[in-house]
Amino acid sequence: MRGWNARAGITGEKRRPVPNNQAIVPAASEPAGAGHNEHPSYLLHHFQSVEQQADTSNFAMWLFLLTEMMFFGGLFTAYLIYRNWYYLAFVAGSHQLNVVWGTLNTVVLICSSFTMAMGVWCAETRRRSGLVLCLILTFILGLGFLGIKTIEYSEKIEKHHVPGFHYNLSSFLDPASDPEIFKEYHDKPLPLDIARHTELYFSLYFLMTGMHALHMIIGIGILGFMIFRARAGAYISGHVTFVENFGLYWHFIDIVWIYLFALLYLISRH
Amino acid sequence: MNHISPVIWQFPVKWMTNFPLFPPEASTIAPQMDALLFFMVLVSLIGLTVVVLLIISFSILYNKKRHPVAEQIEGSILLEATWTIIPLGLFLVMFVWGAVIYFRVFTPPANAMNIYVVGKQWMWKIEHPGGQHEINALHVPAGRAVQLTLISQDVFHSFSIPAFRVKREAIPGRYTTVWFEATTPGTYHLFCTQYCGTNHSQMIGDVVVQTPEDYRKWLSNSTSGVSLAQDGERLFASLSCSACHNARPNARGPNLANVYGSRLTLSNGQTITADEAYLRQSILNPSQHITQGYAPIMPTYQGQISEEGVIALIEFIKNLNSDYRIQQTLNTTDLPPESEGKTPPAAQAPAAKAHATQGRVKK
Amino acid sequence: MSTNTIVSLPDQETARIPKKNFLTKENGLLSWLLTRDHKRIAILYLITTTFFFIIGGAAAALIRLELLTPTGDMVSSDTYNKLFSIHGIIMVFFFLVPIAPGVLGNFLIPLMIGAKDVALPRINLLSWYLFVIGGCFELYMMIFGGVDTGWTFTTPLSTHYVNSHVIGAAMGIFIAGFSSILTGINFIVTIHKMRAPGMTWFRLPLFIWSYYATSIIFVLATPVIAISMVLIMLERVIGIGLFDPTKGGDPLLFQHLFWFYSHPAVYVMILPGMGIISEVISNFSRKRVFGYTAVAFSSVAIAVFSFFVWAHHMFIMGISTYSALLFSLFSMLVAIPSAIKVFNWSATLYKGSITFDTPMLYAFGFIGLFTIGGCTGVMLATLGMDIHVTETYFIVAHFHYVMVGGMVSAFMAGLHFWWPKMTGRMYPESLGRLAAVILFIGFNLTFFPQFILGYLGMPRRYHFYPPEFQALNVLSTSGASILAIGYLLPALYLIWSLRHGAIAGNNPWQATGLEWQTQSPPLTENFTEIPIMDHEAYDYAWLERQSRDNRREEAPSAE
Repeated sequence: MRGWNARAGITGEKRRPVPNNQAIVPAASEPAGAGHNEHPSYLLHHFQSVEQQADTSNFAMWLFLLTEMMFFGGLFTAYLIYRNWYYLAFVAGSHQLNVVWGTLNTVVLICSSFTMAMGVWCAETRRRSGLVLCLILTFILGLGFLGIKTIEYSEKIEKHHVPGFHYNLSSFLDPASDPEIFKEYHDKPLPLDIARHTELYFSLYFLMTGMHALHMIIGIGILGFMIFRARAGAYISGHVTFVENFGLYWHFIDIVWIYLFALLYLISRH
Repeated sequence: MNHISPVIWQFPVKWMTNFPLFPPEASTIAPQMDALLFFMVLVSLIGLTVVVLLIISFSILYNKKRHPVAEQIEGSILLEATWTIIPLGLFLVMFVWGAVIYFRVFTPPANAMNIYVVGKQWMWKIEHPGGQHEINALHVPAGRAVQLTLISQDVFHSFSIPAFRVKREAIPGRYTTVWFEATTPGTYHLFCTQYCGTNHSQMIGDVVVQTPEDYRKWLSNSTSGVSLAQDGERLFASLSCSACHNARPNARGPNLANVYGSRLTLSNGQTITADEAYLRQSILNPSQHITQGYAPIMPTYQGQISEEGVIALIEFIKNLNSDYRIQQTLNTTDLPPESEGKTPPAAQAPAAKAHATQGRVKK
Repeated sequence: MSTNTIVSLPDQETARIPKKNFLTKENGLLSWLLTRDHKRIAILYLITTTFFFIIGGAAAALIRLELLTPTGDMVSSDTYNKLFSIHGIIMVFFFLVPIAPGVLGNFLIPLMIGAKDVALPRINLLSWYLFVIGGCFELYMMIFGGVDTGWTFTTPLSTHYVNSHVIGAAMGIFIAGFSSILTGINFIVTIHKMRAPGMTWFRLPLFIWSYYATSIIFVLATPVIAISMVLIMLERVIGIGLFDPTKGGDPLLFQHLFWFYSHPAVYVMILPGMGIISEVISNFSRKRVFGYTAVAFSSVAIAVFSFFVWAHHMFIMGISTYSALLFSLFSMLVAIPSAIKVFNWSATLYKGSITFDTPMLYAFGFIGLFTIGGCTGVMLATLGMDIHVTETYFIVAHFHYVMVGGMVSAFMAGLHFWWPKMTGRMYPESLGRLAAVILFIGFNLTFFPQFILGYLGMPRRYHFYPPEFQALNVLSTSGASILAIGYLLPALYLIWSLRHGAIAGNNPWQATGLEWQTQSPPLTENFTEIPIMDHEAYDYAWLERQSRDNRREEAPSAE
């Protein structure tokens, strides 16, 4: 555990708890980097030191990401079970997804993770313009991802592959009716009972990518806020926890996407 | 006592004499379960008594007045080990005992007679293979193993017979089974115990256990005239199943005679036993349950057939010991065997029924 | 007072509530609604969870009144179904899950570890707001027609077969779930990072260990109920088909997801209570808890094992017999740490110096009632037994024994124990003891007959029932009326004590925790300087030396 717990007391030095109405000079630790007695303005009152504050919020962020993993975990469990039961339907469903767009999205997100990591480095090394640039690039890449997702979703909507909204089975009962996809995969027509299960595939597709997109939108919103603040000079005077923790969140979203891409787009590819 | 008005007094009297404290034991498994209960109640009582006695005696011996200075005791590994290992041992005994009973309840003997139960909001439909249909009532003979095959038409229900100590969920989309052997003739409660909507409390009925003679009498008095298998034969013809499953050498579908209970290899290489669940799946979701060597051309009948219809078909298939009855259906269906059989024609002419009743289907 | 109490109050003539405390720091509604003080947030939680308890309790009262007669003559079946659904949802998600962490956890954790606040105070306030917003959804749902799916939302009933406000109820639970998640994160981080110097893990009060274990469950399990509720809502609105057998979905999948949270949730409900009991038993026997390490590790073991037992709610649902075996085995294993704790608490009394103040009476009630509840839980974990008693009143009796007889008793013990710390005032002791006894008697009268009813076969959630079950139901309802008095009495005298209770002083119970070494009610920043922990937990010798030193300091001329 960290330093502020280890100092004092365990060696058996006894010390009376102080009655509350006596003012005693607190034996505070030195704030990092500041060579003065006062605490930095961003140090909240219930923390003993800047390291404690940063460490605490970082730990909290990791825990939050753990909860997000459990949240997506429910969807991954459903995916696991239904892909196992209805493999053929899932393969047919995944053929409806455009691997080019999916790969592009993956590249976009990985680049955005890179720019985000660069942004964190800029914040830590106090480069204001570098930070702003990296945040803006991440923002744009994030929007790019959403844009590509919009294209993909509108394709699905056009083809009536959205569960619950006049879901159409003809692409699976008669794959030849869908020339672009038929050219690539030459799928055989599916029997009705297997074709019905493609609706489950698309339910999971929209649920998983939709939940992911929602997290992206929230992330992009926070990015916008951070760009605004970074231009005003925030995050570069030693208090980088917000950017660091957001960086963790952004990387997490990226990793979730990589799993989604593999599971949803690449089912029958070896 | 005389001071209390007789009007008020009748209630406590009625309650004292009428209310039960323990359910009747009316099946072979009931005494075994009660034995387990008594063991667990005994162990719990002993545990509770130990704890309560300790607390009471320590409270008396060591209350502040008597024992003003507490003695700081850190702990004792020995005690921790003792009160970990002894409960663990007792719990493991209970686990094994309970597991044995669980296996017994859900593993029917080979000679169990089968009765189908379809649950729906808010009634139980009980289908006997001989063609007796009951609603919210179940007649069974004493001394005979009875297996129930349950399914629900809509939501989860649970078929519970407290006197037999059996209970099983009726699930939409899948068969579940439970078996029992009733011992004592009488009428017992039947409850639905899985909350299923507005009239959940109304989904109750009677389980009537009869002596074998009374049961035979009941069977013959209550039959609808058509056994489930005969019903199934009619459906088999009207849905044109025999278009492909016609026992001819060049048939598009496998021969169904004696298929029930056999080991089948599916087209994906899996080997399964053709039980009721498989038969149901192969009617409603055939494409993933195709027998090896056959093309996946069987259409799905989901949405075109009720759960009772599926049960009837399964009974028909279960009783197929030879190709004879399949051949009979070929005589009654309108469509020639060469057609795909995709669209099931309308219900059959009376001629089909006459053919179907020729010769009872063997049990 | 007589010698059978440990209470040591300051001289009532001269004693005053300290002028400067967290309650008087700022005034006005906004200072409360925008507070970052964990203690004020705890009070806010206390008010709102009590509000929901009243609603849930009212539903329970109506249920028990209806069940007086075997026919459904008081309300319609639909209304009755809504009553028990609302009772379950409110009591589980809006009372039992949030109350101990929200009230006692929030108030005490920073004080006990020697911190000035929790790690994330604004997140703490957000937790409370999320809880309130979730509760508002439930209120909306109740006012505009209720929900009648049961608190378990079994599919496909809840997705395709009812017309009630499932989406509103599910949304409320979804939002309240985030309240739990944030509280859990906050507690874990606080306990890891904000302990005072010298406060090593094994010097922490056992209360903290229990809350740490509870928070682990919050963090890992609650997101799964969130996704379950999302899936229910989407299935109702759009028809995604994940749980619809006609589309190939599996209705049992919902139950797996639901119970994956809901089983650990019940340990969320009981673990804080166990922490409270450790503190109370130690204090009122003037002894360190017997087997501190065992109790500490048992708390964490319960949290870990609780994740491996969820399908014991599904033994007859058609899960494979082999998985049923595994789940039954683990359910037995999860009972062991609880048994260890009960024995350790009992052993704590050995050679102690025991007094019978109100918190101790509640603690004794807890031990007895929790033991019964726990033993019947083992009966339910036993596969063969479960076939007969599942889905009957046996289950209802079991979980009320552990949740109400267990957790609510423990919460009452904790509320009474820390009431002087939170308010600066003592409650009236004789009324307190009376209420504890009334609660115990009323509770047993209410729920013990339900064990018998359950074994007889009376199903749960039945609006009307065969007449031979009436006598036991009448017993149960009469017990419920006594139980209601057991709740009403403390509500009244605790409120009364806010104005007229005796001034408590810093440490009326002569307790060893760090929270007792500061004023009652505490300052907003808890401690003027961070204390240094140089002694073990429950070190009554240290306390003795403390009070000797204090007395010597105050009256040097007497030496």
